[in-house]
Amino acid sequence: MQETYTAYLIETRSVEHTDGQSVLTDSLWRRYSEFELLRNYLLVYYPHIVVPPLPEKRAEFVWHKLSADNMDPDFVERRRIGLENFLLRIASHPILCRDKIFYLFLTQEGNWKETVNETGFQLKADSRLKALNATFRVKNPDKRFTDLKHYSDELQSVISHLLRVRARVADRLYGVYKVHGNYGRVFSEWSAIEKEMGDGLQSAGHHMDVYASSIDDILEDEEHYADQLKEYLFYAEALRAVCRKHELMQYDLEIAAQDLASKKQQCEELATGTVRTFSLKGMTTKLFGQETPEQREARIKVLEEQINEGEQQLKSKNLEGREFVKNAWADIERFKEQKNRDLKEALISYAVMQISMCKKGIQVWTNAKECFSKM
Amino acid sequence: MDMNSFSPMMPTSPLSMINQIKFEDEPDLKDLFITVDEPESHVTTIETFITYRIITKTSRGEFDSSEFEVRRRYQDFLWLKGKLEEAHPTLIIPPLPEKFMVKGMVERFNDDFIETRRKALHKFLNRIADHPTLTFNEDFKIFLTAQAWELSSHKKQGPGLLSRMGQTVRAVASSMRGVKNRPEEFMEMNNFIELFSQKINLIDKISQRIYKEEREYFDELKEYGPIHILWSASEEDLVDILKDVASCIDRCCKATEKRMSGLAEALLPVVHEYVLYSEMLMGVMRRRDQIQAELDSKVEALTYKKADADLLPEEIGKLEDKVECANNALKADWERWKQNMQNDIKLAFTDMAEENIHYYEQCLATWESFLTSQTNLHLEEASEDKP
Repeated sequence: MQETYTAYLIETRSVEHTDGQSVLTDSLWRRYSEFELLRNYLLVYYPHIVVPPLPEKRAEFVWHKLSADNMDPDFVERRRIGLENFLLRIASHPILCRDKIFYLFLTQEGNWKETVNETGFQLKADSRLKALNATFRVKNPDKRFTDLKHYSDELQSVISHLLRVRARVADRLYGVYKVHGNYGRVFSEWSAIEKEMGDGLQSAGHHMDVYASSIDDILEDEEHYADQLKEYLFYAEALRAVCRKHELMQYDLEIAAQDLASKKQQCEELATGTVRTFSLKGMTTKLFGQETPEQREARIKVLEEQINEGEQQLKSKNLEGREFVKNAWADIERFKEQKNRDLKEALISYAVMQISMCKKGIQVWTNAKECFSKM
Repeated sequence: MDMNSFSPMMPTSPLSMINQIKFEDEPDLKDLFITVDEPESHVTTIETFITYRIITKTSRGEFDSSEFEVRRRYQDFLWLKGKLEEAHPTLIIPPLPEKFMVKGMVERFNDDFIETRRKALHKFLNRIADHPTLTFNEDFKIFLTAQAWELSSHKKQGPGLLSRMGQTVRAVASSMRGVKNRPEEFMEMNNFIELFSQKINLIDKISQRIYKEEREYFDELKEYGPIHILWSASEEDLVDILKDVASCIDRCCKATEKRMSGLAEALLPVVHEYVLYSEMLMGVMRRRDQIQAELDSKVEALTYKKADADLLPEEIGKLEDKVECANNALKADWERWKQNMQNDIKLAFTDMAEENIHYYEQCLATWESFLTSQTNLHLEEASEDKP
């Protein structure tokens, strides 16, 4: 059984400094699943980075039933742009651009998949990160991350809402334009029986046809705008992933600290002979006889070793945690600036599209008006 | 023939009527002004109905006063139309708005329906006033001036329902014969009417559909702007731009609403009136055919010596005159009607185009000023960054 899939051609150009000309250095084909593999790898190895999202796998927020087809050339083209954008974002990221696997994605034609899997990144991946429903009772999360999580939830919710309404608005606009096309046909038929009005009707009808067909390009352009917003919809997910990683680290830290504290307490109790906390061992010794001082010494020694180990681990976890927060926050600041720039640009491009649509409208209706007045 | 006097004895020859047409549209010669307004609901034990206030202002001598105010209900308009059709069977009488809403309503008297009807009734009376012949019709004058009880008693005169029914039966019977002997020019007219009727009905449907689509677009667009405001609540750096975009969308929304109401005012009623006119025209053709059929049947009777041969030539003479009058009246009125139709359609579509141009111009100005303010902002920020 043969499977049909779309492959995308990736051409890498390096800019030669001497003459400013770009030289084609690499050219290979990749399919969507390979992009997904690359991203999953990056998520594991750079949990503190807001990893650029992929364009959607299936068309969503469609305004017209036709564009829901994955094989639709318009959809494929828009996805191509999205994938190109994804790679450009990685290439322009100060840290991600240096990754070896990313470099190989652009240059190693065969066996790239094996190379990625050999890194064993899937084993490194913390399955808890994927468990979206699990909540971790973190006692002292960094407030900035809690706020960031709320922000990413709000961002996701508001952009989804906006995209849904935009799709409905586009649908209605399509209807308005297309119905005017019906005038074209009727005017043309009517002009056959009208001696004086005939020419005016005929040419006005032509303009109505032009008006009706102009909506296709207009809405295609708007789809690109929607894609720009979608990217940030998916970025919200990437933000949440970083917050989640912090949560997990903080959770592990707190568990380790708790564990250490309880071991220290146990040790203290054994040393002083007082039992302040209930323990099964304590109960059994009470019921079945005290242990010998030698046994107790042995246990204390084990505990002290564990405590030492635990303290080392806690220290390194703390360090890790602080490093993570520092690096993550640096990337989040970078991301915020990028987001503000990009969204401003997108909104401005939306205005430009509206202006173009209005200008077309004025032209068509001015022409039509002239035809009507000549009737 | 003195063209500047408006004596009640209106000559009916086509020549004078055509001359009348030339001066018709000059405003200073108009001497009858009618408005229809103030719909009022009346409730009796038997029924509920609406009356409309009709104000007439005139300088004509044959009117007892220069200003009249009366109240009429739809039934009264129907009566007037019937009388006009009776008196002038081959003139193109203006159409009345429909008795019932096409799509069937739960409430007989919703505000939009009443307003649409009021406007159409206003148009109806003014069209009669502008018509060179109909404007001097006696029933028309009574309609405009008589008090309610006077009108009731006047209505009771004239041919009763039964005789009118009899007329209809004869009309149907003889209309078939009339079609066979229809002169060439009226065949052409009939063809035109049939095609026109098809096209205008289509245009009516398309125009109604456009209004519906524009309304649905407006309803969705209303929701679109506010989402940007919602978004701005969580974006401290994008608050201003998002709010600006929201206000641009809202302004475009208002422009859309205006375009919609423009369409409803300028285009829809005109197109719909001509849908009704096309039905009216078919009725006129039938009546003309019927008059001719009467003549033809008498001629046939003479040819085959069916009935009293002595009286026939005189009857035929009268009928021949009747046919000639009817045909001439129709021909003249047809030219007048076509001219008006072309003007009205032309104006209606030109207005629609104008509404659309205005709509796009407003939206363009909105977005352009947004873009300018963003560019200015950007320049400001750039100059601030410079050392």
